[in-house]
Amino acid sequence: MAEHPVTVIGIGNPYRGDDRVGLYVAEQVRNHALKGLSVVEGIGDGFALIDAWAESDLAIVIDCASSGSTPGTTFRFDAVRETIPGNLFSGLSTHSISVNEAIDLARVLNRLPKELVVYGIEGENFSTGLDLAPVVEASAHKVVESILEEIETLTN
Amino acid sequence: MKSRTIKVDYLARVEGEGKLYVKIKDNVVTDVRFSVFEPPRFFEALLRGRRFTEAPDITARICGICPVAYQMSSSQAMESLCGVTVPGPLRDLRRLIYCGEWIESHALHIYMLHAPDFLGYQDAISMAKDHPDVVNRALKLKKIGNDVMVLLGGREIHPVNPRVGGFYKVPTKESLTQLVEPLQWALEASLETVRWTSSLSFPEFERDYEFVSLRHPDEYPITEGRVASNKGIDITTDKFLDTFEEIHIAHSTSLQAKVKARDDYMAGPLARYCNNFDRLPEVAQKAARDAGLSEVCKNPFKSIIVRSVETVFACHEALRIIEGYEPPEKPFVEVPPRAGIGHGCTEAPRGLLYHRYEIDDDGIIKDARIIPPTSQNQKSMEEDLRFFVGKNLDLTDEKLTWQCEQVIRNYDPCISCSCHFLKLDIQRD
Repeated sequence: MAEHPVTVIGIGNPYRGDDRVGLYVAEQVRNHALKGLSVVEGIGDGFALIDAWAESDLAIVIDCASSGSTPGTTFRFDAVRETIPGNLFSGLSTHSISVNEAIDLARVLNRLPKELVVYGIEGENFSTGLDLAPVVEASAHKVVESILEEIETLTN
Repeated sequence: MKSRTIKVDYLARVEGEGKLYVKIKDNVVTDVRFSVFEPPRFFEALLRGRRFTEAPDITARICGICPVAYQMSSSQAMESLCGVTVPGPLRDLRRLIYCGEWIESHALHIYMLHAPDFLGYQDAISMAKDHPDVVNRALKLKKIGNDVMVLLGGREIHPVNPRVGGFYKVPTKESLTQLVEPLQWALEASLETVRWTSSLSFPEFERDYEFVSLRHPDEYPITEGRVASNKGIDITTDKFLDTFEEIHIAHSTSLQAKVKARDDYMAGPLARYCNNFDRLPEVAQKAARDAGLSEVCKNPFKSIIVRSVETVFACHEALRIIEGYEPPEKPFVEVPPRAGIGHGCTEAPRGLLYHRYEIDDDGIIKDARIIPPTSQNQKSMEEDLRFFVGKNLDLTDEKLTWQCEQVIRNYDPCISCSCHFLKLDIQRD
């Protein structure tokens, strides 16, 4: 078994409202201090995702979604076996790459972890500030529970 | 009468949003426009009223790929204004973090943004299917550049550690030593990159450019030097606005720069290389010669080789600095403010970056002026398009459009930086 068989990666801008929900979920998971768990909070460069999940048996990526769905809606994808809709996590820069592009690139390069789960939580408010919308925060807690269950299933 | 229009409304693989329009009438190019339609961001205005020490952090936000360039040009301007020089190890560390930025930025452009043009792929992901080893090499090289920035700057995007006067905290010798082995790998990978890029095929295209870059008495220029050109410019940075001017044109939110006495000019890797070949270390000169480059290269498509040679230089320079590093007693030099005007010029990966500030006795910014490399190159890009299309009218619209986009990407434009500023539109009448 690898040294850190499970890697949880939270993505987002901590100062832009609901965009920080991925970081928030990762932080909550970290507080459970599970053995063999590695938690990464914040990735500046999309390419770095490929290194962050290297050597993981299971990697879980959490990001805020902006797809036009009802705020708080939770998406879960098995990224090894399915494609994530392009409109969920938009790429904002050609000088870095989005979550989707990082996954596509890793797939082509055969550098995906054994299992890769991607959670998206639809955001409501992306203005400056530290607060999560209540509906988004509630969904975040459910995602934390789901992640803990996924990790337990894998490690047992 | 036969007319053709070639246009690209959203240029791919450039940072930011711009478009291209070329009109051809009776086999004569009648109009060329490289437009930037990103909204202006008003950085110069929002700097007014802020403290002079805030300029590096505020201006770093102009760009996610070359934030160090903004931090260094603004710091240099403030320090020269206040009569302070930052010597010794602090100067070396600035050069080192800048080497990290060159490595990551050049690796990104060479492999992910530029190489797909030459190999006929829409993007790096489709290129990676056929050339996985090449893309893996790119990712590792880029990461090593990022790691240099993280170690010195706290993080790779918008580093938080540089400040006016130096750094908030300097690394120990031991922590820098961790970078030696990765940088040795990066040096070898860069040499391989020079060999690989030189094996690509290049359109025949040369123009009589005025190459503008920094020139330093004994260094390949990154952090300081005089502003010089192959057509006689040799000035200190405070004479920048006497020598160059910016013009507002209707089709672009980015100002276009020109040499007052003449016309368009080129900044960036090709300009630096041609003006400073003699300042490159032997390993980089040899790599260039072995790749078939002479001391002057006027084919902008070959900028991909020159960027690779500069990556060799940046890795070599980073290793040299680390080897000689002894931590300074203090991480920064005190910079007490005084009223005046200061100028800063450093070499961003994509070319010369000029800053000018006026501050008062309390250190409050009264006026700011920033001239990024992409706005300096904008006019040269249009001239390249005019010249290139004129010479290649026999190409189909599809092929011509593809190569016109390439003409723009030769510059590694950072449109977001420039706008105060790609879409291609070729019209044949």
